[in-house]
Amino acid sequence: MIRVLKYVALDILKNKIIIAYTIMLALFAWSAFSLEDNESKGVLTVLNIVLLTVPLVSILFSTIYIYNSSEFIELLISNPVNRGMVWKALFIGLSLSMVTAYIVGVGIPLLLFANFATAIMMVATGIMLSMIFVSVAFLCSMFTRDKAKGIGVSIMLWLYFALLFDGIVLFLFFQFADYPIEKIVVILSALSPVDLSRILILLKLDVSAMLGFSGAIFQNYFGSNWGLVLSFALLGLWIAVPFAISLRKFKKKDL
Amino acid sequence: MIKIENITKHFGRFRALNNLSIELNKGECIALIGPNGCGKTTLIKSILGMVLPELGTIKFDGKSIKNDNEYRKHIGYMPQIGRYPENMTIGQVIEMIKGIRNHTNDLDTELYEKFEIEKMLNKKMRTLSGGTTQKVSAVLAFMFQSKVFILDEPTAGLDPISSEILKNKIIDAKNKGCLILITSHLLSELDDLVTQIVFMQEGKLILHENVEILKEKTGEATIAKSIIHLLKTQRA
Amino acid sequence: MYNNISRINIKNIIAVCIIWLSSILPNFSFSTVLRVGKEADFKTIKSAIKHAQNGDTVLISKAIYKEGNIVIDKPISIIGEDYPILDGEFEYEILSIKSNNVVIKKLQLQNSGRSSMNDLSAIKIYENKYVVIENNKLINNFFGIYLQYAKHCLVKNNTLTASQKEEYQSGNGIHCWKSDSLQIIGNRVYGHRDGIYFEFVTHTVIWRNIAHKNLRYGLHFMFSHKNAYFTNFFKDNGAGVAVMFTKEVVMMNNTFQENWGDAAYGVLFKELSDCYLSGNKFIRNTTGIFFEGSNRIVAEKNTFINNGWGMRLQANCIDNRIDKNNFLGNTYDISTNGFLTLNHFDANYWDKYEGYDLNKDNIGDVPFRPLSLFSVIVEKNSPAMLLYRSFMISLLDKSEKILPTLTPENFIDNNPRMTPYKL
Repeated sequence: MIRVLKYVALDILKNKIIIAYTIMLALFAWSAFSLEDNESKGVLTVLNIVLLTVPLVSILFSTIYIYNSSEFIELLISNPVNRGMVWKALFIGLSLSMVTAYIVGVGIPLLLFANFATAIMMVATGIMLSMIFVSVAFLCSMFTRDKAKGIGVSIMLWLYFALLFDGIVLFLFFQFADYPIEKIVVILSALSPVDLSRILILLKLDVSAMLGFSGAIFQNYFGSNWGLVLSFALLGLWIAVPFAISLRKFKKKDL
Repeated sequence: MIKIENITKHFGRFRALNNLSIELNKGECIALIGPNGCGKTTLIKSILGMVLPELGTIKFDGKSIKNDNEYRKHIGYMPQIGRYPENMTIGQVIEMIKGIRNHTNDLDTELYEKFEIEKMLNKKMRTLSGGTTQKVSAVLAFMFQSKVFILDEPTAGLDPISSEILKNKIIDAKNKGCLILITSHLLSELDDLVTQIVFMQEGKLILHENVEILKEKTGEATIAKSIIHLLKTQRA
Repeated sequence: MYNNISRINIKNIIAVCIIWLSSILPNFSFSTVLRVGKEADFKTIKSAIKHAQNGDTVLISKAIYKEGNIVIDKPISIIGEDYPILDGEFEYEILSIKSNNVVIKKLQLQNSGRSSMNDLSAIKIYENKYVVIENNKLINNFFGIYLQYAKHCLVKNNTLTASQKEEYQSGNGIHCWKSDSLQIIGNRVYGHRDGIYFEFVTHTVIWRNIAHKNLRYGLHFMFSHKNAYFTNFFKDNGAGVAVMFTKEVVMMNNTFQENWGDAAYGVLFKELSDCYLSGNKFIRNTTGIFFEGSNRIVAEKNTFINNGWGMRLQANCIDNRIDKNNFLGNTYDISTNGFLTLNHFDANYWDKYEGYDLNKDNIGDVPFRPLSLFSVIVEKNSPAMLLYRSFMISLLDKSEKILPTLTPENFIDNNPRMTPYKL
């Protein structure tokens, strides 16, 4: 495992896109904090990076990388190496590089400039989101052998999580405005890791507003220690489940 | 050494292997021949665990290869078209395979030296010609003193000198008592190498015969002619 | 001309002084001090009061006195030495003031009776004038200081703490009912139901009080016209501050801070009119100010920092002026539930303003619409808060800012400031 991981990780880290991604994140984050006149505006810019850029780059880069390394995988498999190991090593290698890029690019300026509790929450959710979308990319690449189709699927999934899901939820709000749907909404939010992460960050960022109205409901569900544990457990599931499915498929796949 | 029992494999609707059983023994050099798309590569990949048949079992030294990967230690595999990570250099690929195999002592470096790989260690894989890639594949296949060699179109793309070097290496291995499985379209090349012939068609085993017996039966001097003779008589 | 006026004034002043002196002098000239304590002439406070003449002083040395209900029915001063403790044993109203010109100083009053039937309290003033309650400590009482039909009383520098957990077990800190011309100055109220409660109280000044962690409201008044609130501090009260059904109130330089919760407001203005708000600070509240049915209120030079909603204006509010305020770091600066607004916004500083100022007059050249589309959505459909700051919503908000379709057209600040006011 370690040996396989070593070669996979080395190969990924040498990839110029990862380095470019790190630099891009760092540029955005540092400029967000140094150009905006107050810290909270900088945090908002970074929030958009966390919620949009991180998932997009994670899922796209991982999907493309998996397709491009089919030869590499084949080569490894023809040697005395466990298939599962290869797949896990790939996942760990990709996650590791995305997370490292995020921590170096965004984590450091966040911890330096932003309110500590907010910063910690944003770093934690950013790490989770990076891994979740790597995991989803693994699943995408198992759907189809065709690289173009695979990339298409991954972009669609990103669009869904970043944009469409919210649209659907908003639509539901208007459709069922007359019913007490708060609880359903809370459950619904667990269906999108991006939304779950956003709410977790909001509870730190917009404390005052989140304590009013139905915000208080979210505070009760997500803000308590149990809620926090549960939310992160859910995010953990978003990493584990897609990857587990892809692992099962990969073990049965013909190369 | 390798025992294949009733394996069947479909790719979609296409049936690549159809209830195929075969036994491959030590010390043999077996030519796997047949028309395009007859299932040769699928059979090889099944033995290597890269393709998983739906039915049937494959046993290596008496043990099923399902959920096992250690048996591949004993196999040196040379693919039809070697596909390697494009950004790696030859040196890195060799180092990586060595690292993964964790096979440190008594490497067989004969081909490495004869093909003069050392001179091109820093070349990126994507810049290599087909022939050079084949050389790298051959070097990797023979490097680890394996008991079994699976060679998919080994001499395709190689220049005559390299081809000769490789042939000699194969004969050496045969004499050492290894099992060698070769697929090739160039039947003439196989004459002085092989001891057994396996002929496949549409995923089925048509013929598995000792070369000498085959020649005797058909009364022809070369393998190529024997096969053609055989095909003609079958059709008639 | 000028001389004439000043002469008249001086004459008036002298006349007033003579009247005042004549009323005070008898008290001073013949007053005696009656001591209460273990080694003093009087063992109990009640006996001392009984023997006291008008204008006398009862001086109580430090000890614990459990004398049930003490009635003060003559104009005397009750003064403690080093805070003697008067204990109500959870059964009695401790001091009942039934005379004018009573002074209560430096006592510690604790454990009053608890009864919602007759609102038992530590000190109750019944229909009297010129009572002074100063520098007392009130601990763990039901009601603290209770004034009914009182006039010209001074409640100053008292500390009131209570520790009930539930609203119904707890009374108000300073409770005033049908009173007039009071001065409530420099008191601290902690842990009561309402910190300061007024009903039908007029012409009163409330100055430099601190109310925090009260169970319900820090300040709560109804039907209390023409009062002025200066430099008070209201923090972390259960539901903030709520004022209702009142006219002509002035609130200046008060701070409303960290009132968090669904129904908690920095200030809730319900049916108020003709009020003036200036120099107040609203910091980290769920809602800074909530206006409901309030008219002709002028709010200027206030600061709204880090609130969930800086200001919420219900559609039934008319003719309010919101000028020259600072809005900084609020989740929403303004929200409303209506489509038509008849209120005026002018020359405020909005940190969300993204316009420019070409002529450098510190006034933005493009009007600012403080109402975000999403705040309108949330006002109608509160669970939608879940989507706050999502990409979808940002897009919607941006497009709405450019082409307003759902937000009221006249909800606009035509002269937004480029830099915050120094307040």
